[in-house]
Amino acid sequence: MSHAVPFVDYLVLDDHPHLTAHECRSCGARFFDRRNACASCFGTEFSTVDVPSEGEVVAFTIVSLAAPGIPVPFVAATVDCGGTKVSGNLAEVPPDPEHVTLGMKVRLVTVPIGTDAAGTEAVAFAFAPVA
Amino acid sequence: MASDDVWILGIAMTKFGKHPDKDTLDLAAEATMAALRDGGVTMAEMGVLAAGNLMGPMGFGQALQKQVGQTGIPVYNVANACATGATALRVAYMTIKAGEADYGLAVGAEKLAGAGLLAEGTSGQANDTWTPSGRFGAVASVDGRIGTETMPGVFAQIGMEYGHRYGGTSFELFARISEKNHAHSTLNPKASYQKRFTLDEIMNDIMIAYPNTRPMCSANCDGAAAAVLVSDAALKTLDPDQRRRAVKVSASVLTSDPYQDGCQVLPDINTLTRNAGAKAYELAGVSPADLDLVELHDCFATAELVHYDNLALCEPGGAVDFFESGASWRDGSTPVNVSGGLESKGHPISATGIANVWEVATHLRGEAGDRQIADAKVGLAHVIGLGSACGVHILEKAAA
Repeated sequence: MSHAVPFVDYLVLDDHPHLTAHECRSCGARFFDRRNACASCFGTEFSTVDVPSEGEVVAFTIVSLAAPGIPVPFVAATVDCGGTKVSGNLAEVPPDPEHVTLGMKVRLVTVPIGTDAAGTEAVAFAFAPVA
Repeated sequence: MASDDVWILGIAMTKFGKHPDKDTLDLAAEATMAALRDGGVTMAEMGVLAAGNLMGPMGFGQALQKQVGQTGIPVYNVANACATGATALRVAYMTIKAGEADYGLAVGAEKLAGAGLLAEGTSGQANDTWTPSGRFGAVASVDGRIGTETMPGVFAQIGMEYGHRYGGTSFELFARISEKNHAHSTLNPKASYQKRFTLDEIMNDIMIAYPNTRPMCSANCDGAAAAVLVSDAALKTLDPDQRRRAVKVSASVLTSDPYQDGCQVLPDINTLTRNAGAKAYELAGVSPADLDLVELHDCFATAELVHYDNLALCEPGGAVDFFESGASWRDGSTPVNVSGGLESKGHPISATGIANVWEVATHLRGEAGDRQIADAKVGLAHVIGLGSACGVHILEKAAA
């Protein structure tokens, strides 16, 4: 089986793929990017914490016009995963307003993006409806 | 006895639209010279120039001076995304307020006609092996793979989030906001588009990012606007006509987005707007109920709804009811975007923050022609650029 790399470094591809965040040790604010300091309290100490893989859609849009190479339409959403807001696409759901609703419960899934010249597969994440 | 008030002495905007034969400097010069003429002054009187242009090369203010008058005054080239124009006004205002100039010029210009989709941030990478790079260790552009960074998509989510919190929103509701603004624009000869759209036409037009269809998105176009500000002391030396037409800047406020939970995931355009509005009302000594008209930042129809709440034009959570009551139509209790707004008048980015002040000032001067809001005395102009920056100005008619 060829090697897989996460599309972003806050996605952990182990037996139970999940997201991690940098949590400020002083105030608990969570961030997904490389940090210089905490934007909330200016602290400089962070822990890496696991983000819950289930959540609720608190905002979404169905994008029809996107950059070249991006399949459209797709659903971009803001998902509240147990108190941590996460941005991601919705998967395994028809991308239309009849099927996507505010408040719907979703869970993290992995999405293969493609293989590079070295045979490495990039894997992203998305959120799929909880049955 | 002079106060430390700052006034708008002269102000102008070009028609917004396609200007293929004019470059950015042509547009900026047109607006600048018209604003100076409107104020009955020349470049010789100006003590500061604040200039904004996002799409062109550096040194816009100096390039403008080389067309309209090089007098060696300080030039501040400013950039704050869609709040650039308001930032330019703010710089001129602060300079006068600090006593460092009696007259200041603020200019914003942009050529955006034909520009396609605008997006924030992260760029893709060209490599034949997946290589993590950037602050998220991304192996390629995340836009479209992990959420959306395009403006229509971000602002669509912002409107949907409001609906999730308070209820009452729908595709149709947002489309009716757009219907209002396109209807308003038919009375505005400066608007890029002056065409009425039916609700059906809006809802069935090309979908960009649900629920924003093409007419629900700000119109990319060319345009410029400029304003001459003056100190109260200098105004008192001018002739009666100049004094009669001067418009008082009762509040000039700029904010950025304070940390809120999740704000680096979905931009929070609400808190900083609420803060700017509250500070502006306090500085001006007016309340939202005193406003005779509001020009706010409807970059997308979904954005206008949340700003009714953010600018306290309604109770918290009451934006849907406010719109449904008809309050924001030109014949309502708080006319919003009688110019046609960004959706119809257009959004040449750096010009917008001065153009919406022009609109308010024009009504306060009683010079708005067919679209005049009767007896307008107090108005508010608001812009917000993603990142974020929010500019709010409250203007008042000169006392009789």
